[in-house]
Amino acid sequence: MLLMSRRRFAGGDAMFRWLAKAAGALILIVMAAIAAFLIYEAIPAISKDQGSFFGTQSWDPDGSVVYGIAAIAFGSVLSSALALIIGVPIAVGVALYISHYAPAWLSRPLGYIVDLLAAVPSVVFGLWGLAFLSQNMNGLSRFLSTYLGWFPLFTSSYGTYGKSMAVAGVVLAIMLLPIVAALCREVFVQTPKVHQEAAYALGATKWEMIRMAVLPYGRSGMISAIVLGFGRAVGETIAVALVLSSTFSISWRILDPGGNTIAANIANRWADAGDVGRGALIASGLVLFAITLIVNFGARTIVRRGSREKKA
Amino acid sequence: MTADVLDTPLHGASLARKKLPSWALPGITVGVLVVTYLLKMLGSLNWIQYVLIAAVLYLIVQTVASISVEGWRHAKDRLMTGLLYVTLVLAVLPLVAVLGYTIAKGIVRFDPTFFTHSMRAVSEDEATGGAYQAILGTLEQVGIAAVISVPFGILVAVYLVEYSSGRLGRVVSFFVDVMTGLPSIVAGLFIYTLWILALGFDFSGFAGSLSLVILMLPTVVRSSEEMLKLVPNSLREASYALGVAKWITVVRIVLPTALAGIITGIMLAIARVMGETAPVLLTVAGSASINYDPFNGPQASLPLFVFQEAQLPNDTAIDRAWAAALTLIIIVLLLNLIARAVARFARVRG
Repeated sequence: MLLMSRRRFAGGDAMFRWLAKAAGALILIVMAAIAAFLIYEAIPAISKDQGSFFGTQSWDPDGSVVYGIAAIAFGSVLSSALALIIGVPIAVGVALYISHYAPAWLSRPLGYIVDLLAAVPSVVFGLWGLAFLSQNMNGLSRFLSTYLGWFPLFTSSYGTYGKSMAVAGVVLAIMLLPIVAALCREVFVQTPKVHQEAAYALGATKWEMIRMAVLPYGRSGMISAIVLGFGRAVGETIAVALVLSSTFSISWRILDPGGNTIAANIANRWADAGDVGRGALIASGLVLFAITLIVNFGARTIVRRGSREKKA
Repeated sequence: MTADVLDTPLHGASLARKKLPSWALPGITVGVLVVTYLLKMLGSLNWIQYVLIAAVLYLIVQTVASISVEGWRHAKDRLMTGLLYVTLVLAVLPLVAVLGYTIAKGIVRFDPTFFTHSMRAVSEDEATGGAYQAILGTLEQVGIAAVISVPFGILVAVYLVEYSSGRLGRVVSFFVDVMTGLPSIVAGLFIYTLWILALGFDFSGFAGSLSLVILMLPTVVRSSEEMLKLVPNSLREASYALGVAKWITVVRIVLPTALAGIITGIMLAIARVMGETAPVLLTVAGSASINYDPFNGPQASLPLFVFQEAQLPNDTAIDRAWAAALTLIIIVLLLNLIARAVARFARVRG
């Protein structure tokens, strides 16, 4: 049978090799096409803009044709930064617990549970954030604005809370947690046993061992995990679209209802947008694409450099 | 000199450092829970605040106790251990909360009508109608996406593991990584500009499938690549030694050996794109009635159904959204569990 097929496809080897190579090259073509098509549709939309595309805060492409991404880009960065501030310490903690504290029989199921969190669809997180979290965070929001209101982030303008940047930040934090935790866990597990035992031999407590051996070893991995988490949070669409009540202004007051992100704005405006509107949304999508591209490039480069250094 | 020290009797003093007694930590836990519960009775604390306050109180009391008995360094060690437990609770809590809340809310409309009827001629405020058209649409769209991206993705993985040498291989591998981080909405925008604007097709289930392919590909490539790398080289060499051509070795020996792992990766990738809403929103457009044909006209989709019903003001619509969310979660979690089971019972054996 094998001999038969070998005789029949004398050129089979070359063909299969070519096919596999073509599939690999197609990946590059797809990535290039994404950039090309978005740029091609975005340029006319940006040139039609009566405002400043990067400076205007409002969004009215189909009416007055004055629109810009200042407010939504700010919202994307702010909500993702909040998500990192809330999510990263928890993710790193969970990763450390699973890699160095949990008993052997528990660490694998715990890993599964954290991974399950990543499996929950974003629309479900959005629905939950809207129906449950935005109601249940009112108490915390009121507490923060009452006692820490002197801090600009926690100042409340209206005394009402709810669909705010803070809620979006928490939802995003939950969503980036499993990714960051999984990546951190991977590098923490690889810490050389010799480093850890050397730390213990110096009389270190467990935490001192973690600080002296595990965290320095995993630093580049942690940084790239955080950067990738940021990329995930910036690109998250539906959960944020459901949780935020879209307003177009730059405000640092994260407890006030309002705020918007590039991705959520596309999802919310798509159905009602006209031709110019869709072009404008595509242009904003191009900016989002550029941001995530830079972020991913950076993170992957850090990972590759880190792993090369460790091998050397 | 040293002999003097060694000769000095210890008078019963222990050489071990002082430790908190074994009952201290459970005692503190119970005490903190009781005190916080009293606070909860007095003020109107909800359970999020209850957990947060209890955790903070516990850490403070434990640290103070530990400093006074064991000293700074060990107090810090205990504090950090405590904090790690807190992060674990904070990570698992949302999973439990999301699943629990979705089940509680979704069960209201989780009835036969929901799975056998579409939303055709059903108005928002009626407690009837269902997601039949959405479930159908999602299955068709994800099915087509899998049919395209699975062979494509496996081929790329084969290229990376078996054939790539030099520059192109490294570049492809790097861009697969970058593609993993592509926001789902950008995939939707791309297919909209390519398929609908440039090529002039209408919104359709197939357009949605194409955008899902973009999201599925890197996941399939990565997981297949990992599995192919696990196939021991001795198998390949044995095959070459028998005079078998390289491509037949790949198709007959390498791929079957890695099959279980590849299937696991594919199922996880399917589970991931099943819940994607954003690309489907831009390319499929959604529909209230049943459309069996994924190539012509707008279709519905389950995640999109959740999104659209959730934005309506009526409770009846919100209930439908929750029931659809519950359906979606059940499908996705089942896929995940089956994938893990496949991975567990059929590991790559060398």
